[in-house]
Amino acid sequence: MICLRSACRDYLMGTQTVHALDGVDLDVEAGEYVAITGPSGSGKSTLLHIIGLLDRLSQGSYELDGDDVTHLSDDELALVRCETIGFVFQFFHLVPRLSAAANVELPLILGGIAAGEREERVQAVLQSFGLADRADHRPDQLSGGQRQRVAIARAMVTKPAILLADEPTGNLDRSSGKEVIHILETLNSDGLTLLVVTHDPELSARANRRLHIVDGAITKDERGAG
Amino acid sequence: MRSLDILRYTTSSIVGYRARSLLLLFAMAIGVASVILLTSLGEGARRYVTGEFSALGTHLLIILPGRSETTGGAPPLLGETPRDLNLDDALSLERIRQIRRIAPIAVGSAPVSWQGRERESMVLGTTADFLALRQLRMAQGRFLPAMDPHRSAPICILGSRVRKELFGSQSALGQWLRIGDRRFRVVGTLGSEGRSIGVDLQDVVIVPVASAQALFDTPSLFRILAEARTAADIPTAKAAVARAIRDRHEGEDDVTVITQDAVIATFNRIFRALTLTVAGIAAISLAVAGILIMNVMLVAVSQRTAEIGLLKALGATQHRILLLFLTEAGLLSLAGATIGLGLGSGAAWMVGEFYPALPMTPPSWAVFAALGTALSIGLVFGVLPARRAAALDPVIALAGR
Repeated sequence: MICLRSACRDYLMGTQTVHALDGVDLDVEAGEYVAITGPSGSGKSTLLHIIGLLDRLSQGSYELDGDDVTHLSDDELALVRCETIGFVFQFFHLVPRLSAAANVELPLILGGIAAGEREERVQAVLQSFGLADRADHRPDQLSGGQRQRVAIARAMVTKPAILLADEPTGNLDRSSGKEVIHILETLNSDGLTLLVVTHDPELSARANRRLHIVDGAITKDERGAG
Repeated sequence: MRSLDILRYTTSSIVGYRARSLLLLFAMAIGVASVILLTSLGEGARRYVTGEFSALGTHLLIILPGRSETTGGAPPLLGETPRDLNLDDALSLERIRQIRRIAPIAVGSAPVSWQGRERESMVLGTTADFLALRQLRMAQGRFLPAMDPHRSAPICILGSRVRKELFGSQSALGQWLRIGDRRFRVVGTLGSEGRSIGVDLQDVVIVPVASAQALFDTPSLFRILAEARTAADIPTAKAAVARAIRDRHEGEDDVTVITQDAVIATFNRIFRALTLTVAGIAAISLAVAGILIMNVMLVAVSQRTAEIGLLKALGATQHRILLLFLTEAGLLSLAGATIGLGLGSGAAWMVGEFYPALPMTPPSWAVFAALGTALSIGLVFGVLPARRAAALDPVIALAGR
């Protein structure tokens, strides 16, 4: 499903070139549950952004679902993101002035879905994440766990094939974190491809596959229950 | 994305960032309102003066001694000594076919006294036709009788203010008063409306022209007023007047004939320049408002870089994000400009209520310029920073940098 070959991503920091990704080869099959770990600045977020088409490769190639997406234009990338990829961020990134339902509705609005169908899908996804009674609340009226659940609902409302989560529990207390992980794993067991960047060894131990990244290269690739 | 959704999304952000939106509306409204109000004032003043000149009388020609190369304006102060105009010059103009009536004018200043009250007043010597020519109205009594202009007579007509100051509430009609060293009987008083360029007719005493010339011991005239029969006659009348005077002055062109149109045109030009000046001032205020709009927009958009990043991550194209911000800036600018238009017109209307003589209507070019400038500033500075943000990598935009 995801196929990276000799993937490099260089940044220019002043006069110095930083290799955030340095020749990464990676294959991820549909339905996998991958945890990406590594020290700060190792390039794990960059890898996630590359996979999520939020960032572009400096060198190498990227095939998504058998299509080469390395050289797509910005607008084509936007379309692919809209249709196949869902994001969950550490800091939720909800639009503060919109209600939970309106935040979830956002990707559908951008996708040009008719109002009636949007309504139904938003209701359904809020219901399944236990947020039906919070639909009209703004993000600042929700707890951290609820906010992250709204963010997951927003990522899932377009029914993407891949969900990318960047430290989804990094900003949550323990019990909310567990709740969120439980939701993500349930989605994965229903066939969703799930990639999670995390610092938390307990969380990474739950994944079927664990990638460890140091200095932009994959140093460990373990499979099976940790 | 459907247009209705675009509208809904942008209104949600307009309402959501209330302080920003209000600031922007305020800046826009002030800018537009000031342009409209200021240009209304300039335009009102211009129309007021033009109106005053039209009220002077119709188809008027003014004949001044001395040669002026320009039309309109004051007669030259320096230069060759001109031959004076005299009463016979004036009377010779009556024979011109295109001239309906003439009024010679001799002017001087003299003390006017009655029973121990005295004031310095302008004394204007003229003939019976002056009343019709200047379209004046008598308050009491009658005007100068039609008589031989060469004959003096001890009668006078008082301007309304002179009458009030000398006689107070008493009746002036039939009273004898003293002008300089001569005695005159009051035969009439003028209504209070006669006021126009230079001479305030409320402050004059009118006597027969020969009496004024005797009083000031001069055979010359200050000027001659003549009325053409129709507007179309004015150019011919002007040429005929010049010819008649030239014939009497041994072939020398030593008078200036000003037509009312020329005077009005001159003042029109002056006031158009004034309106433009005022418009310049207004344009500066609009520019200041524009800079305010620009700043508010810049800050607002940079605050929302993260939102733009999120929209990109969720699959919005650059084009779509631009469309969103363009709609938002457009809605805000439009609302601000409309409020400004309302405020400006309202203020202009209020001024018009307090000073009914000023016709306060903003010139249409000013309205278009104000609205156009405000809208384009709002749009450009709403979209430029959004364009920059939309071109950022989503990752960087998400981090809000």
